[in-house]
Amino acid sequence: MDRPQTTNRRPLSVAHRPSSGYLKAILAIAWKDLAAELRSRELLSAMLVFALLVILIFNFALELDVAARKAVTSGVLWVTFAFAGTLGLNRSMAIEKDRGCLDGLLLAPVDRSAIYFGKMISNLAFMFIVEAIILPAYSVLYTTNLFNPGLIGVILLGSVGYVAVGTLLSSMAVQTRTRDVLLPILLFPVIVPVLVAAVKASSGILQGLALAEIMPQVSLLIVYDVIFIAVSFMVFDYVVEE
Amino acid sequence: MIEVKKLVKRFGLKTVLRGLDFQVQEGEFVALLGPNGAGKTTFLRILASLSRPSMGAIRIAGYNLPGQASAVRRRLGVVSHLPLLYGDLTAEENLRFYGRMYDVPGLGARIDEVLEMVGLSARRRDLVRTFSRGMQQRLAIGRAILHDPDVLLFDEPHTGLDQDACDMLDTLLREVAARGRTVVMTSHDLARVEDLASRFDVLSRGVISASESRSGLGGKNLLDFYRKALAG
Repeated sequence: MDRPQTTNRRPLSVAHRPSSGYLKAILAIAWKDLAAELRSRELLSAMLVFALLVILIFNFALELDVAARKAVTSGVLWVTFAFAGTLGLNRSMAIEKDRGCLDGLLLAPVDRSAIYFGKMISNLAFMFIVEAIILPAYSVLYTTNLFNPGLIGVILLGSVGYVAVGTLLSSMAVQTRTRDVLLPILLFPVIVPVLVAAVKASSGILQGLALAEIMPQVSLLIVYDVIFIAVSFMVFDYVVEE
Repeated sequence: MIEVKKLVKRFGLKTVLRGLDFQVQEGEFVALLGPNGAGKTTFLRILASLSRPSMGAIRIAGYNLPGQASAVRRRLGVVSHLPLLYGDLTAEENLRFYGRMYDVPGLGARIDEVLEMVGLSARRRDLVRTFSRGMQQRLAIGRAILHDPDVLLFDEPHTGLDQDACDMLDTLLREVAARGRTVVMTSHDLARVEDLASRFDVLSRGVISASESRSGLGGKNLLDFYRKALAG
C-alpha cells in the first residue's frame, strides 16, 4: 500500500482504509452494466435485431441448398457475431462517456485494469446472450443443428478473444468524435487472427472432423485469448488516461 | 493538504499551465477563478489524477501524484458539471455502485446517511434519468462524499442549474465545507463564490496570478480584485 510522506496525519477514517477491493470493483462494474441493461434493454435489443437481420439477409441472399448451407454456416455465424458485437462494444463504452461516468470509474481508488475486466465481463455476458438467441434462430432458418458442445466451446473461446481486444479498443475509440466509425476500423484488422481461427475450428466441427485436426485452431484461439487479455491488462491504464 | 509546485501541462504544442504554484491548507475552501480557457478544468483534472502533468510536483494529503494516484483518489471527491451518474440506475443503486468501487464499509447505513444529507431519501428508488438537473447535482455531491474524502474538487458545479437549484447546492456546499473538508471549486460566478469560499485564487495565463483570503479582501469588491488580477 502507498504510504504518505508526512507523519502528522489524523487517525484513519473511512477514506483511509487500504485498497482491497479489486475483485469487488470488477464485480461492481459488471453488476452495474447488467442492472442498467436489464432496465433499458437498449444495447441488447440493438445487438439482437442487428444479428437477426444479418442471418436473415444471408439466408435470403444466398438461397443455398442444405450442403452449401452447412459449408457457409461458420462464416455467416462469425460475421454475425462480429458485427453485432461491434455494435454492443461501442454502445457499452458510449454509455460511460456520455454522462462523464468514465471519469467516475477512473476516479475510483482501484487499479484501472479492474475497469477493463469489469467492462469485459459485462460485454462478454451481452455477447453470450446474443449468441444464445442467435444459435437456435440460425438452426431453424438454415435447418442446421448447431447444438454441438464442440461448436459452443469454440464460440466461447472466440468470443473471449473478440471481447478482450474489443473492450480495449472501444475504450480508445470512445475518446474520439468518430467513435462509431473508428471502432470497426481499429478492431477488425486486429481481430482477424481470432476470426480466422474461430471460423476454421467451427467449420471443422460442423464437418465432423476429428479433434486432432481441429486442435491447432483451438490452441490458436486459446493463445490469442491469453495474449489479448494480457496486453489489454498492461496497456488499459495508458489508453484511458489523458 | 494540497501542494503544487511548478506545474506544467502541455497539449501538443499548446501550453495550458506554465509553472503553476498552488497551496491549500486543511479545511480551506478555495475558489479558483479565471476566464474561459484559463486552464481551471485542466488543473482540477490533474489534481483528480484524471490527467498527467507534463512537469511539476503535486502532493495531496501527503501522497504524490501521479506516483501514488490510487492513494490520492481514495482521499478525493470530485463533482463536475457532468453528474457522473448512471441514468438507468436508481439513486440508491448509483451510490451502492460507487460505494463498492471505493470499498466503503457499512455501505447501507452510509447510503442512508448521504441520501438524507442531500435531501433525496424519498427519491432513493427512482431512476436518476427522471431527476431534474438540480437533483442530479445533489446526488453527484452525495456520490462525491460517500467515501468520506478529505479533499473535494468541484468543477463549475452550478453549470446548468436554475436559481433555486443553485441556492440549494450552495447550502449543501456550506454543509460539506463545515465538516472540515478541504474544498477547491472552480467558478465563473463571482457573486456566488463570494459567500462560499474562504480564499480566492485567480488562474490566468497558466499561473495563479493573484490570491487573497476573504478576510484579506476586507470590504473590497471581489470583482475589482478579479479584474485587477486579470489585468496584471
